[in-house]
Parts: sequence; C-alpha cells; structure tokens
Amino acid sequence: MRALRGMYQLKEGQIAYILHRVTGVAVILFLFVHLVENFFLLMGPAAYNAAIGIYDHWWFRLGEFALIAAVVYHSLNGLRIITIDFWQRSTKYHKQMWYAVMALSVVTCAFVAYRMLWLYPGWPWMAHASAGVAP
Amino acid sequence: MNTETIHQTVTLRVARHNPEAGETKPHWETYTLTEVNPMDRVLDLLLRVKGEQSGSLAFRKSCAHGICGSDAMQINGRNRLACKTLVRELGNGPITVEPLKGLAVKKDLIVDMDPFFESYKSVMPYQVTTHEPSGRERLQSPEQHAKIDDQSKCIMCAACTTSCPSFWANDQFVGPAAVVQASRFLFDSRDEGNKERLEVLNDYTGVWRCRTVFNCVEACPQGIDITKHIGNVKKAILYGTTDFVPDESHAGHDHPH
Ligand code: SF4
Ligand code: FES
Repeated sequence: MRALRGMYQLKEGQIAYILHRVTGVAVILFLFVHLVENFFLLMGPAAYNAAIGIYDHWWFRLGEFALIAAVVYHSLNGLRIITIDFWQRSTKYHKQMWYAVMALSVVTCAFVAYRMLWLYPGWPWMAHASAGVAP
Repeated sequence: MNTETIHQTVTLRVARHNPEAGETKPHWETYTLTEVNPMDRVLDLLLRVKGEQSGSLAFRKSCAHGICGSDAMQINGRNRLACKTLVRELGNGPITVEPLKGLAVKKDLIVDMDPFFESYKSVMPYQVTTHEPSGRERLQSPEQHAKIDDQSKCIMCAACTTSCPSFWANDQFVGPAAVVQASRFLFDSRDEGNKERLEVLNDYTGVWRCRTVFNCVEACPQGIDITKHIGNVKKAILYGTTDFVPDESHAGHDHPH
C-alpha cells in the first residue's frame, strides 16, 4: 500500500511543473476542438460556417485568450527547462528563471488581452454588440 | 554558562499507522511536549514522545548526526532528516511528522525501503573495470575527483526520491537518488561501466522521467545539486559520452563566473 497523506509543500519548481502540465493538456484539448471543427470542411461550406460560428461568441473569445496564455507560458517555461537540461550552471537559478518566465508571460498576456479582450466589441453588455463582430 | 534557556510548549502531530494490527489507514496522533528548547531537534521530540508518552511509536534513527541517512521523514510538508531539523526552524505552529511518501508504511514513520534500494542496485553503483587489477591504488587527480565530489556526499536517505512527483506517480522510476549514485560512477575517471549503466538510465523508467521539479534539491539534506547531475546524465545518454562535463574545481559550490 502506498502512502499519500498530507500535502507536500509547493515550491516554485513544482508550481512551474503543475502549470506546465495544465497548460500542456489545455493546448492539446484545444487541438482536438480545432481538428473536429476542421472536419466540418468535408461537409461543405454551410456546415463549416455553422461550426466555426462558435468563434463568434464572446465566451469563445475568452477561451482563445486562455489558449494563448497557455501557449505563452508553456513555451517560455519549456525554454527554461531546456536551459536547465543543457546548461548545468543554470540549475542554481531555476527559481529566478521561473519568476522571469512568469513576468514575461504576464507582460505578453497583458498585451494580448488588450488586443483580444479590451478592444473586443462583442461583449454581451455592449449595447451595439452582436455576435460575430471582430475588431 | 547561561542556564537560562527559553523553553516552549510544542504540539507534535504524528501520522501513526500500524498495518500489522490491521489498520488500513493512517491516523493523526497529537502529542503536547512542554519545556522544549528551540534548539532541540525533531528527533529529540520523537524520542521524548516514545519515552514519555507512547512507547509504541516507531521510527528509524541511528547516528543522530545527519550522516547515516536513516531518519528522513516528511516534517511540516517537506522531507528532512529529523536529526538535522531544529524546532526553531519550524515556526511556532504545530509540528507535523509523516513518513516518506510513495513507499509503503511498515509502521508509523518506518517505510519499506526495499524498492528504493532495488533502484539503487539497478544502476550498478560500483566500479566496473575491464582490465586486470594492477595491485596498486587507482589514483585520481583533484580535477577528476571534482566531477564526482558532490555526488559522493549522498547518504542514501531517500528524502529526494520520495519528494519527487514523478516517483509518486510511478514507483518504477529509478528516482533522483539512484541517478545521483549512477552519476557518481558515470563521471568517475576510473570507471568503465558507462555503456550498461546508461542503458538502464535510458530505459522507460530511467532518467527521462525527471520533470525538473526540483523537490529533490529542496529536500536533500546534503545540499547536492541533484537536478544538475540528472541533467548531465541526460546529456551523457544524448551525446553517448561523459567527456563533456567541465572541470568544476568546486563542484557543488557556487561558482562565480
Ligand atoms: S541525494 Fe540527498 S536526498 Fe537523495 S538520498 Fe542522497 S543525501 Fe538523501
Ligand atoms: S539519525 Fe542518522 S541521519 Fe539522522
């Protein structure tokens, strides 16, 4: 019998790993959605247009933003892991490198959020909003 | 000498579990200890509980000075040696003590170390040579030794391996301790067993299961830069040689470059 009781402390390295896993799975899941939606191409223009219609919804906009955030973190942390694997002196700075990854991710996502969310006219609370408007 | 020491009362929570008595789950027991000196070690507290309150409490210990590696346990959510952990390091709250995760509990804080030592054996932790012994010592230069100095500090306490999420998820993973031991021989100028050793480490359960989580480095009571050694073993597999490791005259210490 294996023993797993109280929580093990969460330090930078393990948080980085959990986020890496979660974002990795999220990106894969999106890939499936994307593939399914592309399959509608085989069924003619009308079916495809109906399928990609979900892209016009504001909640899909949010999902797309989450996807980009996931890709950004996963890529940057991936570079951190490659650095750790290949450059042996970098293991001493793995925490600092993770803070740098987080900072860069936040900055990148803030920019993306501005373009994708702030300037987005399709929010339900916007009077003139109708689904399907993209900036 | 100043005899006036500040004493405090400490609450110690211990995960007790006796599978032999038919208990299927561990349970928490809380012990209150008075007159604890902040410089006491967690091992002192456990010994006091055993002596004063519950003689059936089971844990391993031997040297009591951080060198035999027998009393690694999870203290306040992190693997440490009970004999190297001072009460004052742990703040003012209750102190929580649990057995190492990922290994079966034999009783209370004693876990079954067999799988751990099986992994250790699997990486051939001994010198392999092909030529006849010369009858003389096998010498190494300080530079050659520097490549294995950090790894040879390992006391086989298992704190690293049982702090590793990859090991919790799959107990077939050889684990950081075995990789450290492998690297101690892989980068030893006198050893010639690299081919076989790297095969074991390149296996499905080998070094690639490392996800650079660094829990092992946080946990190691010897301050071994485990992830660095794991990275070097990964590179040795990738490059097919161990010649790439730069001479680090102060292996394991900060290197101001
Ligand atoms: S590497 Fe450190 S934590 Fe792991 S077994 Fe050796 S001494 Fe213990
Ligand atoms: S009792 Fe020997 S290391 Fe703690």
